[in-house]
Amino acid sequence: MAEENEKDTLAGKATAKAAKAKKSSPKKGYARKATKAEAHAEAPAKASKAKPKKAKAEGLKATPIETRAAYLKKLLVNYKGMLPDNLLTQLEAKLSGATMEEAQVKKIVDETYKAYTKALIEPGEAAGTVAAQSVGEPGTQMTLRTFHYAGVRELNVTLGLPRLIEIVDARRIPSTPTMTVFLDDDHKGSLEKAKEVVTRIERIAVENVAKSIEYDMVNASFIVEVDEEIAQDKQLDAEFIAKSIVKLKIGKVEIEGNGIIITPEVTAQDKIKRLRERILTLRLKGIKSIKRVLIQKENEEYILHTDGSNLSEVLKIKGIDPNRVYTNNVSEIAEVLGIEAARAAIIKEAFQVLDQQGLDVDMRHVILIADLMTSTGRIRQIGRHGVSGEKSSVLARAAFEVTVKHLLDAAAHGEEDALEGVTENVIVGQPIPLGTGIVELFMRFSNQKEAE
Amino acid sequence: MSLSDIAKAMKAIKFGLLSPEDIRKMSVVNIITADTYDEDGVPIEAGLMDRRLGTIEPGQKCQTCGNRVGQCPGHFGHIEMARPVIHPGFAKTVYLMLRATCWNCGKLLLAKEEYEKYTLMMERYKRRWPQLRFKLADRITKKANKTSECPYCGQEQYKIKFEKPTTYYEEHKEGNVKLAANEIRSRLERLTDQDAALMGLDPLLARPEWMVLTVLPVPPSAARPSITLESGVRSEDDLTHKLVDIIRINERLKENIDAGAPQLIIEDLWELLQYHITTYFDNETSGIPPARHRSGRPLRTIAQRLKGKEGRFRSNLSGKRVDFSARTVISPDPIISINEVGIPFDIAKLLTIPERINKYNLEQMKILIQNGPDDHPGANYIIRPDGRRIDLRFPKDRKTIADSVEVGYEVERHLKNGDVVLFNRQPSLHRMSIMAHRVRVLPYKTFRLNLCVCPPYNADFDGDEMNLHVPQSEEARAEALVLMLVQEQILSPRYGGPIMGGIQDYISGGYMLTRKETQVTREEASQLLTSSGFDGDLPEPAITEPEELWTGKQLASLFFPKDFNYTLKSNICLKCPTCKKEECEHDAYVVIKNGQLISGVIDKKAIGAGQPESILHRLIKDYGTDMGRFYIDKAFKLFLSFIDTRGLTIGLDDEELPQQAKDKVSVVVGEAEDKTAKLISIYNQGLLERLPGRTLEETLETKIMQELEEAREKAGEIAGSNLKDGNTALLMARTGARGSLMNLAHMVACVGQQSVRGERVIRGYQGRTLPHFKQGDLGARAHGFVYSSYKDKLNPIEFFFHAMGGREGLVDTAVRTSQSGYMQRRLINALQDVRVEYDGTVRGTDGSILQFKYGDDGVDPAKSDHGKAVNIDKIIERVISAGGK
Repeated sequence: MAEENEKDTLAGKATAKAAKAKKSSPKKGYARKATKAEAHAEAPAKASKAKPKKAKAEGLKATPIETRAAYLKKLLVNYKGMLPDNLLTQLEAKLSGATMEEAQVKKIVDETYKAYTKALIEPGEAAGTVAAQSVGEPGTQMTLRTFHYAGVRELNVTLGLPRLIEIVDARRIPSTPTMTVFLDDDHKGSLEKAKEVVTRIERIAVENVAKSIEYDMVNASFIVEVDEEIAQDKQLDAEFIAKSIVKLKIGKVEIEGNGIIITPEVTAQDKIKRLRERILTLRLKGIKSIKRVLIQKENEEYILHTDGSNLSEVLKIKGIDPNRVYTNNVSEIAEVLGIEAARAAIIKEAFQVLDQQGLDVDMRHVILIADLMTSTGRIRQIGRHGVSGEKSSVLARAAFEVTVKHLLDAAAHGEEDALEGVTENVIVGQPIPLGTGIVELFMRFSNQKEAE
Repeated sequence: MSLSDIAKAMKAIKFGLLSPEDIRKMSVVNIITADTYDEDGVPIEAGLMDRRLGTIEPGQKCQTCGNRVGQCPGHFGHIEMARPVIHPGFAKTVYLMLRATCWNCGKLLLAKEEYEKYTLMMERYKRRWPQLRFKLADRITKKANKTSECPYCGQEQYKIKFEKPTTYYEEHKEGNVKLAANEIRSRLERLTDQDAALMGLDPLLARPEWMVLTVLPVPPSAARPSITLESGVRSEDDLTHKLVDIIRINERLKENIDAGAPQLIIEDLWELLQYHITTYFDNETSGIPPARHRSGRPLRTIAQRLKGKEGRFRSNLSGKRVDFSARTVISPDPIISINEVGIPFDIAKLLTIPERINKYNLEQMKILIQNGPDDHPGANYIIRPDGRRIDLRFPKDRKTIADSVEVGYEVERHLKNGDVVLFNRQPSLHRMSIMAHRVRVLPYKTFRLNLCVCPPYNADFDGDEMNLHVPQSEEARAEALVLMLVQEQILSPRYGGPIMGGIQDYISGGYMLTRKETQVTREEASQLLTSSGFDGDLPEPAITEPEELWTGKQLASLFFPKDFNYTLKSNICLKCPTCKKEECEHDAYVVIKNGQLISGVIDKKAIGAGQPESILHRLIKDYGTDMGRFYIDKAFKLFLSFIDTRGLTIGLDDEELPQQAKDKVSVVVGEAEDKTAKLISIYNQGLLERLPGRTLEETLETKIMQELEEAREKAGEIAGSNLKDGNTALLMARTGARGSLMNLAHMVACVGQQSVRGERVIRGYQGRTLPHFKQGDLGARAHGFVYSSYKDKLNPIEFFFHAMGGREGLVDTAVRTSQSGYMQRRLINALQDVRVEYDGTVRGTDGSILQFKYGDDGVDPAKSDHGKAVNIDKIIERVISAGGK
């Protein structure tokens, strides 16, 4: 599984959504919408996987072991469940075409199994600490600055250490939310069609189409002058704008050529100022919080990159490919697609940050952190308001942050610290339950003496 | 101490409140005098330094337990409060309880059905989700607060107002009525245990009324020792000062009450007492001024002692000071093994290892005892079987002592070669920051370490210091040796590749040795191989006529196992579109066949630190960590020896460009300047086309920056291709030993654009960066483009801009270290309890499953092959080649 992910990232071509769907595929209980995406993305992969499996079954039934390929398949069936699937597929791919004797094939498979069992993690291993160190240590080598996004020069995206902290913090809204929107078959081919979709997505407010807005003191009214050119480009006209302004219910609205005259009911100076703001930021079209949309051509198809993110609304838009929509706002993914998808997104985002900085970190560490963050069914922050704050041990919580409050609460609640974690045992001066400390069997020296 | 000594293990710690009875029961003295010592320096009876509170002076016996300083644990006293006082830490809890209960009958303000419903819920929560029960309690309390009439006695409920930190009002129609602490206490007393439990308390351990103090425990004097200054002046601890205040006011309050003083005076004193109690517990309580020392320094009271980085928890409980440790400056030693650490004699004589005498080591131990503490292989103490320690510093005649020891005695002997110690450099960011080394006792005063272990420690020798710890038990030593020895840590769990390896001269040396033209004579070859510890025969010389010559590749091959096969594209590889493989004219294609380096040079990719798929990585994966250590210790030394014989320096000559190349550079840079000017004029004419999503100004900036960046790159290319062939700086950059082509370009061609916050320099004066420019000058020079190279000199303006960029870099590093440090602390804290269980699942302390199989495939990244579970290609290769035989 980890391998697959890595390949995706390395190839870089695997589409965002596809990668995401794949990553979460082994876990069941995937949210409805995501399942669709998964099916779509994995369709080719499954097809190629499924074929040899069928052949395997037929080969076994139809003919006795004659060909090497059939022999290999029979061999591999024995290892099903003992070796990870990706190793099995790799073995099959690498050995079925090769010309070698059956004994050699068997040897290779056996050796692979042996090597695999040797590479397994040992019970007691402090997997968490190792993961934290592996992700934290390279932090010192990361850049602080936000850089341009590879490919889209115009979009600034937070990267490096600040972004990693953001992911780990599980902020509800990232500092630079952005979406990657793929288009469906009808729209991805032409720029015109893509632009059409853009007009549906991009938020257009009065300020975007107004050449000027002035307050006429004499008539106590605003005059909004519409920029014909831009308006036309955005497929708007003065009438539509006026109608939208009417909905604000501020006062009378009239159209005069390119101008819209709004005569508000209130006249107080400070209120007028606020009204002006309201008119300017009035959304005419598009989706809330999506400030800008850029069209990019990648791999013979047009792709939209947005500044701002609103997954649930974008999914409703006609012309997009809902299976491949992606946002870097993890909590939004959790809300719309479910926690499994959010887990996958955390993995993808965190790994991408590390990878983009040229830091080599094993996927498994990132996965573990994502699993810890999402294991309760909602996204928990790494830190005082999440994982660390919800620990069952009083001492561990007190040793981390907000010491006094935890101690007082523990006293009032009559809490008991079972001394199961690391910090607690360090505090009381006992061996910690990790690694060699996991062993709870002791030899009784007195018995030994008696035996002698 | 060994594992068998841990007979008593702590199983759990229970938290709770002390009841007034508890406090009185554990108290040894009721303290009534607000003073410590009299004029003669004798502790005042029933004062804050009463002898019964425990001894703090050496030689004295404790009046309570009879123990002396080390043994006496200290004993609590108590103060009887004249009037009850709110415990400030529980003020909020008290408020919530007051709101949720009836002022008249003291019942929880919930109707019967609801009450029963919640009782059942609470029961269920307690059994199934113990952590969540507090959330439920919150809900219950909030719900109860909403009731405006007591469902039991029918009384109307008043709104309670809470004013931080410890004042409560009841809102009557006539106005707010202040609730006195004794009134609050009696209300809380009326609460039933059941009701308290519903509100999240454990009434057996924490009755609500205990949150209003009637008795105050006085910590033992050992917890607040007084300091005697050189001048003989006694200085008391902050806590003692605070307690003095409390007692003084308490006594005054008592007197006034007894004398029947007016209510107003009593209330004032009561409030003052409350203030002192509040600051006694937490001197940073919001809403009140902190209590200060006479000098104006805020007092460090109980909460401050516990809190924060320097508080009890993080500084004394989570991290502890240890014996048997040492710290000094480090310096490099390429001769010792990576597994070793050089320890100065002076330190070796202070750090000891307890060794039990048996019949096999008796004679040896006797010698050590005779040598005593001052001669190196000696001993500092003898521990007799009855536990008595004999100090070897003082007796003149150690011979008799040596003769008197028998089997069963223990000797604390000096550190000697081969002992296992732990070596550490802060910041300890990953597990390779503490590794086990074998001792090598050496002269001089610094710790010595092999250069190849610098990367994991992130150590250099510009004054770095490192710490050393000596494990004292056999178990600890065994674990250190098996799990923490340097060679076991070569492969990093971060990415499943070697984190140690060659740096700098190792790489240059490897390259110089293995490049095609390197040939050595018999004498030289012998010299090189001997110094690197090779003990086999010289191979057949590659050239016999006119004289015997060996190629560098031949020598480098001597350390490979005979069946080692390997291919790699080295660091100097230019990444040509079609690789000529073995035929590569740069010799960048490394092929090792049957332990012979056939083609290719050894450089960063092959032996560098932190390079997955390097020779080192393959050797360790295929032959084990012993082979890895052997290769680093021996072969790497060959590279160093070779660079020793040939020499490698850089000087000003290496930064010299031929005149014609210099001209080219100035042309390129000049062109860029012209282009920039053109862009600006286009912009000024308003003809510049806006990039989507950018303003016109931003567009111009981006375009100019692109142009200038391109120019610098071109200049760099010119520099790179025009440097002389034997240029050592270029050699180091190409092989990856040190520096980059960009560094080189900075030195010889053009330093390029200086940036602040990722933009060209813009700050300074209005519309210009320096007064030397016209306002609104957008040109390259005016915004931090440095045309000169370092060698040519920077003019003052360029120098200034360069310093701006440089300063930003420094600030950036400083900010980054603190930010990433905090992130790592949080990560570690959140993940430290996560471990792999015997069933292969990954779980947290509470037993909750995070992963059914670690990393979805159960593979340990440290044992993986750069993240892959198994390197199948390698196995296929091996099986096929074995079959061929």
